[in-house]
Amino acid sequence: MEKKVFQRPKYLKDAVFHYCPGCGHSIIHRLLAEVLEELDIGDKAIGVPPAGCAVLAYNYFDVDMGEAAHGRGAAVATGIKRILPDRIVFTYQGDGDIAAIGTAETIHAANRGENVTVIFVNNGTYGMTGGQMAPTTLPGQNSTTTPGGRDPDRDGPPIDLSQMLAITKGSTYIERTAVNSYKNIKRTKKALTKAFKTQMAGLGFSLVEILSPCPTNWKMSSVDAAKWVDETMTKIFPLKVIKDETGKRIDN
Amino acid sequence: MIGEAAVRAGCRFYAGYPITPQNELTEYAASAMAKLEDGTFIQAESEIAAINMVIGASMAGARAMTSSSSPGISLKQEGISYLAAQELPAVIVNTMRGGPGLGNIAPAQGDYFQATRGGGHGDYRTIVLAPASGQESADLTRKAFDYADKYLTPVMILGDGMMGQMMEPVEFPEPVDLSKLPPKPWVLDGAVGRPSRLIRSLLLDTSVEEDHNWKLARKYETIAREIVGGETYMTEDARLVIIAYGTAARIAKGAVKRVREIGLKVGLFRPYTLFPYPNRMIVEMSRFVKDFLVFEMSTGQMVEDVKLALEGRSNVHFYGRPGGIVSTPDEISKEINSLYHRRHLEEE
Repeated sequence: MEKKVFQRPKYLKDAVFHYCPGCGHSIIHRLLAEVLEELDIGDKAIGVPPAGCAVLAYNYFDVDMGEAAHGRGAAVATGIKRILPDRIVFTYQGDGDIAAIGTAETIHAANRGENVTVIFVNNGTYGMTGGQMAPTTLPGQNSTTTPGGRDPDRDGPPIDLSQMLAITKGSTYIERTAVNSYKNIKRTKKALTKAFKTQMAGLGFSLVEILSPCPTNWKMSSVDAAKWVDETMTKIFPLKVIKDETGKRIDN
Repeated sequence: MIGEAAVRAGCRFYAGYPITPQNELTEYAASAMAKLEDGTFIQAESEIAAINMVIGASMAGARAMTSSSSPGISLKQEGISYLAAQELPAVIVNTMRGGPGLGNIAPAQGDYFQATRGGGHGDYRTIVLAPASGQESADLTRKAFDYADKYLTPVMILGDGMMGQMMEPVEFPEPVDLSKLPPKPWVLDGAVGRPSRLIRSLLLDTSVEEDHNWKLARKYETIAREIVGGETYMTEDARLVIIAYGTAARIAKGAVKRVREIGLKVGLFRPYTLFPYPNRMIVEMSRFVKDFLVFEMSTGQMVEDVKLALEGRSNVHFYGRPGGIVSTPDEISKEINSLYHRRHLEEE
């Protein structure tokens, strides 16, 4: 007798991802769909996709989706969640979306303790617009707007938004993970599960920052990009639980 | 007035940011929403956040509103463009003040173009309602929520600092029974027992975006047929008709009364929908009226719509006081008197 051991998660549509080979978005999409299914919350989930490479996320997720303007995800999610507090509301945002143009919306949503979950995909570049400097671009890292590499004296150093959010009283759970290796992918899924459990228990703002390779704009092979996450990116953005005040209020 | 009318119209979500001269509305919304079991008030971190919270609340099915004054409305234009594109209902109140830039906090009408031409980016319009009294503020607020839901589009109530600070007795309508409002089959409330839904404005396929633009344009034509409105005052025998809206119309009315006392045949036309603009009513008047005087608290914005409506059929004159200057009826009546005789309108 045949036994199916791998299939498309319930909350992913039967559509081909447009993402580049080696990009982390496809993996993160799958993990998110798996978590929605395992926690049995997909039918009451409302997602807010960003502007950026994941702007087309609604082509893939088979849940209600409401598109936000660039950076405004946390404000739109706030409006939805306040009207429908028993639904599960999440945003999916890139580094430019959340840590540059949407910094204010994000910080204040966290500070108010909005009971939503934010998936923050950090690949250190503006992917969709063609590889300009992102707020999280590393010192020395090349981009189309930092010829010769990001110079902290000229361009400012990379910003650690997750750390900033952690000091707000309203944030409850913030973890930084990556999707460049099997081990890290597993850890990311665990973090996503915990973030949604935080929301399900009504404990306030939860966020998972996911370091995600962008071989196209980093101008690397997929293998080198995955390595670069470990060897370079995590030096500035270490993988760790940044804040966890869930305590014993949720099971792990 | 607008705050209480909004609550009675079933508004259950308000997000706003402090700005003068309209803080009374924000403060009223804060206490009114707190008294409602299902009401939400959020003092947002910015005008942009406020309008985007309204977008979220609207997506979730609530009657939602925000309010601000000129500089704040500029910031909200991003969200208003998205509301129009995503065909979401919402009500936005602009209590206009002197500008451009930070300007001042005195009553003005300099945001007419911004309000009636869409204001944000892209090919869209916003329904614009312009009350001229406390009672009308309440009545048009109710209509604003109904129009927003009916036509799935943002509606702006365009007032000014004078309207915002006014105290007048108002008779409020009975509160709307929210359970009796038409269903919203597009709301994002979780895909239980139905296919998942999507509310978006990204239309990468140019032919799809073109279709969407034309669809919106047809909607605006329908709106123009169905809701356009203006009020006439003593126009039956008028040889000169003043056209003004909002606070300017109230001042003009006082001026018309004065010049009528000295025998000048002058009337007033007051549009209360600025988009759609009551073109036909003005064209109708032009059969008998050869001179119109547009009075605005600006350097001349609505006057362009009057000219567009008339297409040269009659003479269009303009008098304006921008920057927060509020003319007196006396000042306007002198202007009318002078024009009336310059144009020899006293001759049969």
